Amino acid sequence: MAQSGRRDAPELPDFSLLKRLARDQLIYLLEQLPGRKDLFIDADLMSPLDRIANVTTLKQHEVDKLYKVELKPIVSTADQLCFLIRPRIQTVKWISVNLDKAAGRLRRYKIIFTPQKLPEFFRENFLEGDQRWVGAAGGALRLIHSLYGPFSKVYGIGQCAKMVYESWREQVEDGEQKTQQPEIGNVFLIDRDVDFITPLCSQVVYEGLVDDIFRIKCGSVEFGPEVTSSDKSIKVMLNSQDKVFNEIRNEHFSNVFGFLSQKARNLQTAYDKRRGMDIQQMKAFVSEELKGLKQEHRLLSLHIGASECIMKKKTKQDFQELLKTEHSLLEGFEVRECVSFIEEHINRQISMIDSLRLLCLLSLTENGDNCLFALVQSYGIEHLLTFSNLKQMGLLVEQQPGETLTVMESKVGKLVNDKTAGKLTDAFSSLAKKSNFRALSKRLVLIPKSGEEYDLRVPRDMAYIFSGAYVPLSCKLIEQVLERDGWTGLEEITRMLNGHEFAVSADSQRIVLVMFLGGCTYSEISALRFLGRERGYKFIVVTTAITNSGRLLEALLDNHP
Amino acid sequence: KRVSVVLFCQTGVYYGSKLELRAKPEDDEYWNSSKFSAFTFDDEDDEFTKMKESKRAVNSILVDDDDDDDDVEKVSWSGEPIGSISWSVKETASSFRSSGEQSFPKIDTAPSLPKQGSGYSLSSLFKAFTDTSTRAYAPELRKPKSECKDYMSDWSPEETVRRMRKGRAYSLERFRSLQDKLLLLDEAVSLHDGNVITAVLIYLKRSLSKEILFRELMVREVALRHYVHYLKEMGEQKLLLMQYKEHLNIKDEGRRRDFLKSCLSLPFSQDDAMHVQDHYTLLERQIIIEANDKRGEAEIFRKYPRKASILNMPLITTLYYSCFYHYGEPEGTFSSPANIRKTFRISEKQYILTALGARAKLKSWFDVDSLFNTKNWLGYTKKRSPIGFHRVVDILQKNNAPAQVLQEYVNLIDDPELRLSLAQKYKCHDIVIDTYKDLKDRQQLIVYQGKVERGSHEDRKIEELINNMQIRWKN
Repeated sequence: MAQSGRRDAPELPDFSLLKRLARDQLIYLLEQLPGRKDLFIDADLMSPLDRIANVTTLKQHEVDKLYKVELKPIVSTADQLCFLIRPRIQTVKWISVNLDKAAGRLRRYKIIFTPQKLPEFFRENFLEGDQRWVGAAGGALRLIHSLYGPFSKVYGIGQCAKMVYESWREQVEDGEQKTQQPEIGNVFLIDRDVDFITPLCSQVVYEGLVDDIFRIKCGSVEFGPEVTSSDKSIKVMLNSQDKVFNEIRNEHFSNVFGFLSQKARNLQTAYDKRRGMDIQQMKAFVSEELKGLKQEHRLLSLHIGASECIMKKKTKQDFQELLKTEHSLLEGFEVRECVSFIEEHINRQISMIDSLRLLCLLSLTENGDNCLFALVQSYGIEHLLTFSNLKQMGLLVEQQPGETLTVMESKVGKLVNDKTAGKLTDAFSSLAKKSNFRALSKRLVLIPKSGEEYDLRVPRDMAYIFSGAYVPLSCKLIEQVLERDGWTGLEEITRMLNGHEFAVSADSQRIVLVMFLGGCTYSEISALRFLGRERGYKFIVVTTAITNSGRLLEALLDNHP
Repeated sequence: KRVSVVLFCQTGVYYGSKLELRAKPEDDEYWNSSKFSAFTFDDEDDEFTKMKESKRAVNSILVDDDDDDDDVEKVSWSGEPIGSISWSVKETASSFRSSGEQSFPKIDTAPSLPKQGSGYSLSSLFKAFTDTSTRAYAPELRKPKSECKDYMSDWSPEETVRRMRKGRAYSLERFRSLQDKLLLLDEAVSLHDGNVITAVLIYLKRSLSKEILFRELMVREVALRHYVHYLKEMGEQKLLLMQYKEHLNIKDEGRRRDFLKSCLSLPFSQDDAMHVQDHYTLLERQIIIEANDKRGEAEIFRKYPRKASILNMPLITTLYYSCFYHYGEPEGTFSSPANIRKTFRISEKQYILTALGARAKLKSWFDVDSLFNTKNWLGYTKKRSPIGFHRVVDILQKNNAPAQVLQEYVNLIDDPELRLSLAQKYKCHDIVIDTYKDLKDRQQLIVYQGKVERGSHEDRKIEELINNMQIRWKN
């Protein structure tokens, strides 16, 4: 648990600075609308806001009432309205409609846009092809660069990574040049679509499991009555300040129970010390130790509750069989059995997200499938749009590639001249993305040799985050590039990943900032932490969002009007 | 505290301001009827003055040192941090020197075709131009009048898009010829800033006729996708499939059916057309079934009242419903499982799984039995299943099938290992014993003897077997 790693590993920069900076910016913006005002906040900004400020902060800066943005008519009677929103067309339209209504009244409005954490990045960038977030990602990089830079080396892979690099570079060039003691040396930018396989796999590391089952939101999780064994839900911050969580977050779930029960025994012993104490000792015990013990007690019982709940849920849904199917697909072993398992999963109308997940995994590892039809039959035709999204992303590949050009598209082609139409057709048919997972997995040795025992207690590589069955492609790429100090020798691999790799500049450093464009999973973070311990790196992970298979697929669902 | 997850910390401000519309006579053939509007500026706002003061007061490291920066409020197209502030940052900033750091090289980000995208529907554009409201729209800017001169200057397309990205004042108005406009667009695309691309597209949308804009976008994939996405967000555009999706808004099933019928003639791809046709047929069918079953006259409805209507349920749910309430009806009736199976080309596997679920729920073990019966040419019945019998056992067990039924199906599992494990799980002693006997595994039999009740039928059977010297045990 929480291995100490190499001694020469560098210290991490102080990131509380970012928090303070964000809070100060907020205050500055609020103060620009002097006087009493009502504040409207986008629902999904509440949790992020909690991380940097609280109601007292807002009150101090003359915020009177707080409203959630609900796209309903504004009831506030205040003379000054301030909106803290994500830059969405819909929200701004709503505000402008309300502006019209208040015509004739003297009212001050202020809109603050916050591109923080960009949860829509994944869908908008990869599905819709909208690059409006590239500048924001570049800006975030610039902020980090100005506080903790200068960077000495930037690696990247993916089209979006390239654009973010360029955007950052130009912003830095335009801005002020400076030198300071660099805290972050290397930067690695990676597009989510370079590796879809990893986020589609079931997570089995504790933090990932908690996210899969309870959904961690902005670093905190709400444990329901089934965990707290009372009738109340409890919101818990999950970070390194939680001593219990800090020790198990990166552990394979099979180790967690043993650890927790050992902890429970230690706690008991500590409590038992009270016996036979005299008054003086007791007094010292109460003032020095009891509080800490009680705190630990509370955390311990929560994590034990959560683990029990995870166990219960996972055994109920034939988790073993699900995992076996996933691992077989990754290995390319007994594929026919996998296909029939997935078919039955679909036919029995078990969880649609799981069915989609398996189907995408099958499609990505085996190039194509024909279960789509059954999927529509089981889960309803309203998912047609969802499937078309998945196909567009290359997550699902159908077996007849020639026919993907729709009738409408060829009509469009005719409208233009024949030459362009020909080009278009060529372009579209060449797009049918082939997944090279099998070949990639062989070259990068992503699947450890079968037959060997894998001791999850003493992990030997990053594969431990998937029970020793698979080294995440994304993290393996990062490892290889850092080791080789560039992409040399990886040409074949980048070709299979559609290229767009780059590596720029000077000497390499031990603190590596990895930026996932389109989201990363807790498992990937665990894997990088492991790699850091083994090789003496420190990883700082920046991401447009935390993702998992559920979120990734839900972003592509299109079954609502 | 090895790795921290850092969130993006950026904020931007958007200031409302006045917009004056000024119609101009047009000489450019590419202008359509809508007129572009020009800005006016107003520096008499005391809020603005206050802001300038407070900004100076909290000046910080992230403020650009460009000449006009101190006087101009940034527009938040890109969520650019407006002069950010913090005493804490100042502390860190004190170590800054202004000597140049080594700069990073430019890399080639030339747009290449996206790797996926075969499903990307250009067809969307046909629907795209239906509703072009001429609502005034522009990034608002506030500048003192003194800067008007600067504002009017003749920026190149490249300079213009760069100013746009940084949130400085800019004017698109001077790009009047088609060629200039396209240069501007290409420049924006090469900058990879979606906000700038979208802003330029909005200008093009208002100033070009749709045919021309459409023609030009056809050869500009990145711009096209931004445009389609923008229209989608504005609710001005409908993809073919989105048009179809509108049925979700229709509550009345009769009207929904009619709407679907009207969709049948839309030029869908072959696959999609089949799905839409199936959807229409299914809803039509469900309406008929619902009309009959709503009254719930048959005995089965009294015994197992329906929990919900069958309308708008997925196909497999409909099949399950039909296997539950309408089993055994002749193939000619719309509600019979056989008819649904045939109409919607349901595979044998899927049919058996669904029917098995429904009949097992009703505890009709006889029906379950006959699902798997096949007769060979001599007239013997034999059990056959397109799904593994271990799965059948699983479903039966979840429906609390009696031991006898369960045992029969456990016995049909081909793989001896799987058969053994399920037989042990469900305590089918005879099967365990017979399987060990077939495997000639005397040791395991002896072990198993410890698990059965002493003196029971099973105990005696094992006793008999292990003493049988005619069997050639492997151990």
